[in-house]
Amino acid sequence: MSADEPGTARETSPSAHGNTARGNGSQGASGEYQPVFVGPVRDELDRIIARYPVKMAALLPALWQVQEARGWVSEHSMAEVAQVLDLTPAYVKGVVTFYTMYHQHPVGRYFVQVCTTSPCGACGADDTVAAFLRHTGCADLGATSEDGKFTVIEVECLGACGFATPVMINEEFLESVTAEKVPDILAQLR
Amino acid sequence: MGFPYQPHDREQAVLSRYFGDAGARSLDGWRQRGGYRALESALGMEPAAIVSIVKDSGLRGRGGAGFPTGMKWSFMKPGDGKPHYLCCNADESEPGTFKDREIMRWTPHALIEGCAIGAYAIGAETCFVYIRGEFTEPLRVMEAALRETYAAGILGSNAMGTGKRVDIYIHKGAGAYICGEETAMMNSIEGRRGNPRIKPPFPAVAGLFGQPTTINNVETLAAVPHILNEGAAWYKGFCLSNPKSTGTKLFSVCGNVARPGNYEVVMGFPFRDFLYDLCGGPVAGRSFKAVIPGGSSVPIQTMPEAEATLMDYEGFVAQGSMLGSGGVIVFDDAQCMVKHIGRLARFYAHESCAQCTQCREGTAWVTKIMERIEAGGGTMRDLDTLLELSENMTGKTICVLSDSCAAPVVSGIQKFRHEFEAHIAGKGCPLRATVAA
Ligand SMILES: Cc1cc2nc3c(=O)[nH]c(=O)nc-3n(C[C@H](O)[C@H](O)[C@H](O)COP(=O)(O)O)c2cc1C
Ligand code: SF4
Ligand code: FES
Repeated sequence: MSADEPGTARETSPSAHGNTARGNGSQGASGEYQPVFVGPVRDELDRIIARYPVKMAALLPALWQVQEARGWVSEHSMAEVAQVLDLTPAYVKGVVTFYTMYHQHPVGRYFVQVCTTSPCGACGADDTVAAFLRHTGCADLGATSEDGKFTVIEVECLGACGFATPVMINEEFLESVTAEKVPDILAQLR
Repeated sequence: MGFPYQPHDREQAVLSRYFGDAGARSLDGWRQRGGYRALESALGMEPAAIVSIVKDSGLRGRGGAGFPTGMKWSFMKPGDGKPHYLCCNADESEPGTFKDREIMRWTPHALIEGCAIGAYAIGAETCFVYIRGEFTEPLRVMEAALRETYAAGILGSNAMGTGKRVDIYIHKGAGAYICGEETAMMNSIEGRRGNPRIKPPFPAVAGLFGQPTTINNVETLAAVPHILNEGAAWYKGFCLSNPKSTGTKLFSVCGNVARPGNYEVVMGFPFRDFLYDLCGGPVAGRSFKAVIPGGSSVPIQTMPEAEATLMDYEGFVAQGSMLGSGGVIVFDDAQCMVKHIGRLARFYAHESCAQCTQCREGTAWVTKIMERIEAGGGTMRDLDTLLELSENMTGKTICVLSDSCAAPVVSGIQKFRHEFEAHIAGKGCPLRATVAA
């Protein structure tokens, strides 16, 4: 899967996002990295830092701020976070890689997460996943569709097992998604 | 109540009373329903008096381990000159469990009030509510409720005008089941990888930022305002079986059942009535085969075991399992136990933080072998290997994630051995041919 390629090459490649707010923000016209923590975002981080006795504790929130602004967390952004919080880039990367929700590469405009853990598996989650792959045109789990719009992944228990199958599309949390409902859900996004 | 269904008349709705009632979400709405009276009176009491009421109520931790809450709080010594912390565990990621999510999305102020009382009782001025990142709606609802609470002067440096400081902040997780383990959670709040810590030192001695810390589950803390309002004796009176298990308990029910959802019953309620009456029994045309009653980390029950269970901490143990988090996962006769146990093993392999060899290697090997058996390539020796691996994964690691992976595997082989053997003998799943749909 090309989306999994490590390294910094992707940093300078134009992102596949159709959505500029989420996608392109990390590069200026000149290709130079534009910092995230300026203006109101920086003020917000300062308010967050004040909640904790040590600056490092603001690391998870700061990474969320990056992801909100850019759609993913690039190596450049990790370096910026490190600098802002007096950490090393390697340390920040170590933390980023521990948590599954931080994207280390750009993802489709619609990031679709389907729970397939056993309780949902017993209620047809595999069919729901298959329907999302089929109707988005994604070749495989984790691969972004050709039009850059969709990435579909399987995730572990989303904490809504009684509403099988729960699906997250970006920040939207959908319940009781059966395979039959998938075309309608996607139609509303397009 | 079994939201989205109407409450069943055999439920005892205390925590779930306002599930589905959007009016209870706002501060005004919550006040109209009796909210923040308990906090007001708590802030006028000695912390030790609150701890003593909670002790008397018999409340035990609803996050999985069932540790007596009042006793946990009494380990925190007010006046030792150190900052104390309360962490509210809202990481809810144990497969089968979805009760804390409902508490937060319907009654955010119940949790905020419980957190504020808990913090004050243990001498903490700061409480962090650790909410898993996937809970986008509960996060929004809780953030809005906190803003209202601060604006009304209920929280902050002069909480309810008493001159006492109580601050509550949300710390948003980022996708890691292991961060529900209390010491992993503390690392995660500190800005580290979510690796569990070796105990001792216990959190009450050196926890978050090295300071005395208490961690409590959402449901545990949400029960506290009710206990202060109605009294310890009232809460203790909710008991149908063993006096060591008191109060009401939310059970999340999922899997192959007619009415999945959350149900709140008095401790000691008969599990048979619960499954067949409240939850409506199996879906039409099917019958129940197995239940995992306390979230995926507890042993599987056969139906005879489940039907003989009284639903409290002791009752589940007496019938071969544990109450755990109260996440009831039901499988019917169309389901393959080998497949589902294998999928659970994969969950634990994915979520292992990989610090301990037995867990890192064990969860991966168990998954591999389970998937091999399911695919039809297993041998009888594999069953012995699985049991041996599980033995090595139990009681030997920094946290109990490793044990949790072993629990369904061992109980599965013990109680549903015929299904494993059928896969091995028939070189594949015997159910697949008959129930393709
Ligand atoms: C791997 C693992 C995951 C856990 N996940 C959760 C969780 O999501 N929510 C929770 O409340 N407790 C969880 N726990 C239990 C906590 O460590 C802790 O016992 C609990 O939050 C204490 O609160 P209580 O005494 O109110 O139950 C987990 C434990 C382990 C070992
Ligand atoms: S048992 Fe597993 S999850 Fe727990 S600390 Fe060890 S490796 Fe990590
Ligand atoms: S198992 Fe799918 S949400 Fe819990």
